[in-house]
Amino acid sequence: MTDLSTYTTDLIKSFEFFKPETTLTATIILTIIFDLIFKKSKHISGYVAIIGIVIAGIFLHQQTGVEYKAFANLLVIDDFGVFMKYIILLSSLIIIIFTFYSKELHPGKPRLGEYFTLMMGMTLGMFLLVGSANLIMIYLSIEIMSISSYVLAGYTKEIKRASEASLKYVIFGAASTGIMLYGISILFGLTGSLNLFNINQYIASGNVDDMPLFVSSLMIVAGFGYKISAVPFHFWTPDVYEGAPVTITAYLSVASKAAGFAVLLRFFKTGLVDPSSGTLETWNLIGNIDWRYVLIVISILTMTLGNLVAVWQNNMKRLLAYSSIAHAGYMLMAVAVLNDNGATAVLIYFFFYMLMNLGAFFIVQLIANKLDTEDIDDYAGLGFRSPVLGVCLTIFLISLTGLPPTAGFIGKLYVFTSVINAGFVWLAVIGVVNSVISLYYYIKVVRNMYLRQNEHFQSKLTYSPTEILIVLMLAIPTLFFGVYFTPIVEWANLSVNILVNK
Amino acid sequence: MQGAINFPILTLITFLPALGILIILLIPSGKDKEAIDLSKKTIKWVSLGITFIQLILAAIIYVFYNSAKTGINDINTFQFVEKVNWIHANLPLIGNIDIDYFLGIDGISVPMLLLTTIICFVAILPSFKITKAVKGYFAMYLLLDLGMVGVFCALDFFLFYVFWELMLLPMYFLIGIWGGPRKEYAAIKFFIYTLVGSVLMLLVMIGLFQSVGTFNILDMMDPANFKAGAILSGSATTLRYAAFLALFIGFAIKVPLFPFHTWLPDAHVEAPTPISVILAGVLLKMGAYGMIRIAFPIFPEAFGYFQSLIAWIGMISILYGALCALGQHRVGKRDLKKLIAYSSISHMGLVMLGLSSMRPEGMVGAIFQMFNHGTITAMLFMIVGVIYDRAHTRGLDDFGGLAKKMPVYTGIMAIAFFAAIGLPGLSGFISEVLVFLGAFKTFPVLTAVSVLSIILGAGYMLWALQKIFFGELPNKWKGPWDPTGIEYKTDDINGLELTALIPLAVIIIFLGIYPNPMIDLISGSVNHFIDLMKPFVFIGGL
Repeated sequence: MTDLSTYTTDLIKSFEFFKPETTLTATIILTIIFDLIFKKSKHISGYVAIIGIVIAGIFLHQQTGVEYKAFANLLVIDDFGVFMKYIILLSSLIIIIFTFYSKELHPGKPRLGEYFTLMMGMTLGMFLLVGSANLIMIYLSIEIMSISSYVLAGYTKEIKRASEASLKYVIFGAASTGIMLYGISILFGLTGSLNLFNINQYIASGNVDDMPLFVSSLMIVAGFGYKISAVPFHFWTPDVYEGAPVTITAYLSVASKAAGFAVLLRFFKTGLVDPSSGTLETWNLIGNIDWRYVLIVISILTMTLGNLVAVWQNNMKRLLAYSSIAHAGYMLMAVAVLNDNGATAVLIYFFFYMLMNLGAFFIVQLIANKLDTEDIDDYAGLGFRSPVLGVCLTIFLISLTGLPPTAGFIGKLYVFTSVINAGFVWLAVIGVVNSVISLYYYIKVVRNMYLRQNEHFQSKLTYSPTEILIVLMLAIPTLFFGVYFTPIVEWANLSVNILVNK
Repeated sequence: MQGAINFPILTLITFLPALGILIILLIPSGKDKEAIDLSKKTIKWVSLGITFIQLILAAIIYVFYNSAKTGINDINTFQFVEKVNWIHANLPLIGNIDIDYFLGIDGISVPMLLLTTIICFVAILPSFKITKAVKGYFAMYLLLDLGMVGVFCALDFFLFYVFWELMLLPMYFLIGIWGGPRKEYAAIKFFIYTLVGSVLMLLVMIGLFQSVGTFNILDMMDPANFKAGAILSGSATTLRYAAFLALFIGFAIKVPLFPFHTWLPDAHVEAPTPISVILAGVLLKMGAYGMIRIAFPIFPEAFGYFQSLIAWIGMISILYGALCALGQHRVGKRDLKKLIAYSSISHMGLVMLGLSSMRPEGMVGAIFQMFNHGTITAMLFMIVGVIYDRAHTRGLDDFGGLAKKMPVYTGIMAIAFFAAIGLPGLSGFISEVLVFLGAFKTFPVLTAVSVLSIILGAGYMLWALQKIFFGELPNKWKGPWDPTGIEYKTDDINGLELTALIPLAVIIIFLGIYPNPMIDLISGSVNHFIDLMKPFVFIGGL
């Protein structure tokens, strides 16, 4: 088809748009090197990673508005990807800062070099996944991010439940990627291509039967469902979230989910939507299978199960794990309507979800640092023992519930708006009923903090000004975006362009 | 005198509590006992000052308010209007979003605004007895105040919703931290019930926004603004009926109407006195206010369709509440506070009956009744608080012969009790008569049955009066309330409590003798409202 020189031109040009990923790759190597040179310093690799993230962020910023298919359509650069990459980058940055204040990661460990290396590896994997437009590329990037996260989940290997978490994660992960690979191979057999654009072209020509296409796509979606912990692929989530260090739990609940949602949306929009006849209001799916109902069923199961099981949790990390399952369900509602409206809602929701969820996890970590517990009953009287943390955790939990004037409310508002706009009023009703259920367990934490007293411990908990500052830097935007959300909404709306076949 | 005020008085009255919260949070807690006491005292007086300024502002608003202007659906006849663009987002792909910071008042909101500021001011006084976490208490109190005033001023649905939800968390804490023995249960029950109502409202809000393209409540009242083919466009569609019912249930939970009322007795029994006062005095009015401001005028044909159902619910609430109150004499813990809580359900049912009549006298009566119920019930709860603080019980059977021990208290209590029964010469009588007059024309049978509640009311109230104040004083109360004489120097009601109760008593008596100021305030807007609703509703043959 083309000669060598075309390939080289493409390759060279592609590298121009591969700068963020290249930076991250360099950062991985540098974290190892710095860790080896400065053996005394615990955090040196972390600082290197932060610098790497900032540089990657600058390169990412240059890609705003760019639409490009790089490396012979392996990767695409578009505004949608840039938005999601920002979310991933921001959460990586925040998590690295959290790590500096983590007690559980430190005892007995002289340094955390490989921790930061693995985190950067995970970030790279997610970056690649967000941009992938090729099934093998999708598979490989999922593996890159998964393998790093398996190790990170069991990073505190002296703790038994961490090892258990890691093992469970590996087994479930292997099973689900296996299913996904099987789906990929069927789709490849059907269409003769691994590239989403070519697959799209081929199935648009009407040469593929609905049923095998449905089965293979469903298997692939199962692989994504594992990453976003959608029911019924969620079984690993509570155990892994409970066993992993808080920082990694927080990271998995935000960044890894963002990558999962990004690839899910891209798979549908690029792969299964007819680009010629669709409008922005609705994406015209190829074939006769109405994927909306498949996704709606998954979303209803996900949010309802997440919320109902969360009600019974007594461990804060487990509670937040189930709550994150529920939030995946809310976002899936917006994915399920399969239009730009819904995709925008997902982006808006994700940005706010990142703020409030990371904030909640950081406070859990700070409390665990002092009290060595994640049991909700031990939170009794905490609102009086540490007023700032109490108030901020209340803000985060209220935001997770979705009450105004917090950012979480705006996220929910947009999700429900997109759902109602698409005509699924009944789905919105199920969604708000779920919100009410979620209030019960979020407020349970608030209740313990303020309405109950701990008989044994009354002393004040003191935290360093930097720790408080980090909490406030997440809590204040959570409130601010609740009353003024124009910038985020506009940004998300501009970023909703997912590159399709033209 | 309209136009004489050029500064944003509604913003000031709404956000003044926010300033109060800021000041309170900045007051240092103090290290030794003296400094701590001083700090607590300052916090209390700052809160009192803030609510007092709010009261003054409300008085200014009342003075400058022009009752010839009707409001309801026309921005030009609203007064003290403030309209600033708050959120404007250019969303080329999914449609722009515009939210206004839009405040304004008419004849329906002014009485509520007055009521809120009066109640918030007087309820600060019993709050002076709070000793636990004073700073948190008053911060939450003022936040609640902010939300309540905001709800009565907001004319943008989004803004309205934000204020509406803003009240939930402070209320949860105020019941949950400073409440009685079953406070946790009562607080979460309150929160979940009201949240169910709120999310129903949220869905309708989204639907209306989709259909109208703005959150402006006034624009939503004009069918011409609805986009063709949108989700809530048209008239008398199933979705519009469903949306109306969702809004109605959302507001009915707050009122509360049978069968959504079960949170109320629990919340009242467990809440501390001042919070019970606010709950009954202001919060319950929000449900009815929301119906008049939003549910009815936006969905007039749906209101017409469900009109008799609403009247039925009103009647059932009136009788059910009254019977439950009466039942407090026979079963359960015979709790005086619970009795008053149930009587609230009965009185708010009366408001619903008046509204459903769609007759000028019925509706004026209903809104007047909202105001009167606010003042009367606030008095009743404070009166219960007075005795509970001293005896640490509110059991109906635990007392007797208090008239001899506390003569002044008995006098005040008599005013409140008789006002609640609807004795002529007191404000409750006027509004009840107006409601029954109006409702009788539209729903003669339902009204005739509802009038029975007056007899029931006289029954449970007089019976309670008799049990507590007459007869023999039980031996355990023979001595002074406070033998040390530190907290209570005399056996009778003290000056602080009287300061809170007397203004309310004056209002009740004054409006009972001369109700015109309040009726003039309301009637212009009500007449306009009924003109708007007339094509869609049933107003009976009489």
